[in-house]
Amino acid sequence: MKKFAALVIAAVAVLSLSVPAYAEVEVADESYYTRFQGQGKTLNVHNWGEYIADGSDDSLDVVKEFEELTGIQVNYTTFSTNEEVYARLRNGGANYDLLIPSDYMIARMIRENMLEKLDFSNIPNFRNINQSFLNPVFDPTGEYSVPYTWGTVGVIYNKEMVDEEDLGSWDLLWNEKYMGQILMFANPRDDFGIALKRLGYPMNPENTEQLAQATDELKKQKLLVQAYVMDEVFDKMIGGEAAIAPYYAGDAITMMVDNPNLDFFVPNEGTNRFVDAMVIPKGAKNKECAEMFINFLLEAEVGASNIEYIGYSSPNDAALAILPPEITENPVAYPPEDVIAKTEFWKDLSPELNLAVDDAWTELLSSDDQYSRWLVPVFLIVALGASITINVVRARRKRRERGMFGTNYPARRL
Amino acid sequence: MNSKSISAPYLLWMIVFILAPLLLVAYFAVTTPEGTLTMEYVSQVGEYTPVLTRSVWLAFVSTVICFLIAYPLAFIISRKSGAGQRSMIMLIMLPMWMNFLLRTYAWMTILEKNGLINRFLAHFGIGPLNMINTSGAVVLGMVYNYLPFMILPLYSIMVKIPDSLIEAAQDLGCNTRQVVTRVLFPLSVPGISSGVIMVFVPSVSTFIISRMLGGGGNLLIGDLIDLQFLGNAYNPHLGSAIALVLMVLILLCMSVTNQFGDEEKGGIL
Repeated sequence: MKKFAALVIAAVAVLSLSVPAYAEVEVADESYYTRFQGQGKTLNVHNWGEYIADGSDDSLDVVKEFEELTGIQVNYTTFSTNEEVYARLRNGGANYDLLIPSDYMIARMIRENMLEKLDFSNIPNFRNINQSFLNPVFDPTGEYSVPYTWGTVGVIYNKEMVDEEDLGSWDLLWNEKYMGQILMFANPRDDFGIALKRLGYPMNPENTEQLAQATDELKKQKLLVQAYVMDEVFDKMIGGEAAIAPYYAGDAITMMVDNPNLDFFVPNEGTNRFVDAMVIPKGAKNKECAEMFINFLLEAEVGASNIEYIGYSSPNDAALAILPPEITENPVAYPPEDVIAKTEFWKDLSPELNLAVDDAWTELLSSDDQYSRWLVPVFLIVALGASITINVVRARRKRRERGMFGTNYPARRL
Repeated sequence: MNSKSISAPYLLWMIVFILAPLLLVAYFAVTTPEGTLTMEYVSQVGEYTPVLTRSVWLAFVSTVICFLIAYPLAFIISRKSGAGQRSMIMLIMLPMWMNFLLRTYAWMTILEKNGLINRFLAHFGIGPLNMINTSGAVVLGMVYNYLPFMILPLYSIMVKIPDSLIEAAQDLGCNTRQVVTRVLFPLSVPGISSGVIMVFVPSVSTFIISRMLGGGGNLLIGDLIDLQFLGNAYNPHLGSAIALVLMVLILLCMSVTNQFGDEEKGGIL
């Protein structure tokens, strides 16, 4: 009898595993997802932090749904900068099947032959992607990447602290009236892009001359800047600590919810339009599983819940169709055509220009004239001299003391 | 013989996780990406002299402040009763149970323009004072985070100095100043030198404190190294060269302080 009960329990358990009670995602073609069922496959996904719906706040738990649907175990890890991903791949220590870095990093990875070409026959949902995202500048042949989210960079400002007539242009960030109330990005690409755009150059510098001019502008601006920040911008803007900050539109929406005094505009000189896209690195062990995951993320319902959770804009037409209008008609996330027309994508810079950007960035952040160049050499010599003197003096005294007492114990010198 | 076999795992650990990485840093610092020998990166570090000076200066200032706070405190604790000592040490350790980042983050909220201090001062019509995003805030962060590392070695050395020694010095005609300079200070030198190292070394290489409290506008040497590995240009060779110069600098400082410490070791009771 007991055995029978155990059997029933086991059967129920097996049944409940194979037909999960709450797997409610509607997928276009369910049979496509069952190919790897029961093969014990593992998929290593590397994505930005807080960049997928994870089941909190009544959202869909995307990773879990995928695991239940396909039987593929997902090993989900996060990163916080594109450069971190690059360094990890270069060091060769980590093994990933799917990455979601930004446009310029993808361009660089393509140039350095670090990415695998995608097999689009495994990604039927690619048809959901909006036409304007096909063959983007960072992936001109469109063979390596599938867009995940996009957004623009604009200026977030506090309506109570900024006068309305000052708005509209990047000049706001150089306005001396707001000295000490301006925040800037703590990453070189965005800051130099803004300075270049304000000078009337393309956001991707074409030569070191343009870069040098932008550096001068940023140096002048440094006196007005309160701090160079990334995610600290949330606290500082919501708390009213700073008045003005350039940041990503998707995050601006989040901030505006927490502090109704905040507003957002895209400067009329034009701005950067960024895309985070899914790519598969060279040497990925489970390429087909990764393509299956890409396809799953492109499902209308999955894409919609991700966008609801992240707050960035979606390149997925099917997802946009089922999202509520208060999201799809928000001009911050989905700016009108004339704004979009003036945006630029990031391009990959040549290695020389990349190096020049880094040099200029360090120069900007360490241009402090209080210290003279010879201080360190002098310090080194003095320290060396002191260390030698101490040694010599000590050795000499030890010898003398040993001579006096005929023992190894030095006498106390009080 | 037997002790040798016991120490083998430690030795292996040290070779794999301490010695090998150090050699790797040195190797990276003097080679190009293609693997040929070069001094280019090391000489390039000279460009960043202002950053280096600033880091050493800030670390020096915070070490001195730590010492000035910790020395009297350690003495006071060491003269307390057993229970008093235990609870005082406990209180000093208590903040360290919290995450380092969280503690630094809390200082952001305290020092900000709309922070706790300025809001309090506003009641009396003072302010707002500009405290965050200054070198002072960075030093404060260093002192706050590393103070326990100064107090603990000083305390553990002072607790071994018996009261009778101080009384004897007083009997023999020392005034308070002489008791401190001729008895207490020489006896506590080993504690001072290890305390100085424990505060100076992490202070000079920190990067998160300057980023959170210094506003990210003025780099420290730690930020610079971070930038080389996780920055736009990804240049581990230059990063290693900077790290190497920093290591040599620390080594120098340590050998200097060690000399002072060593000198008096024979005299410890």
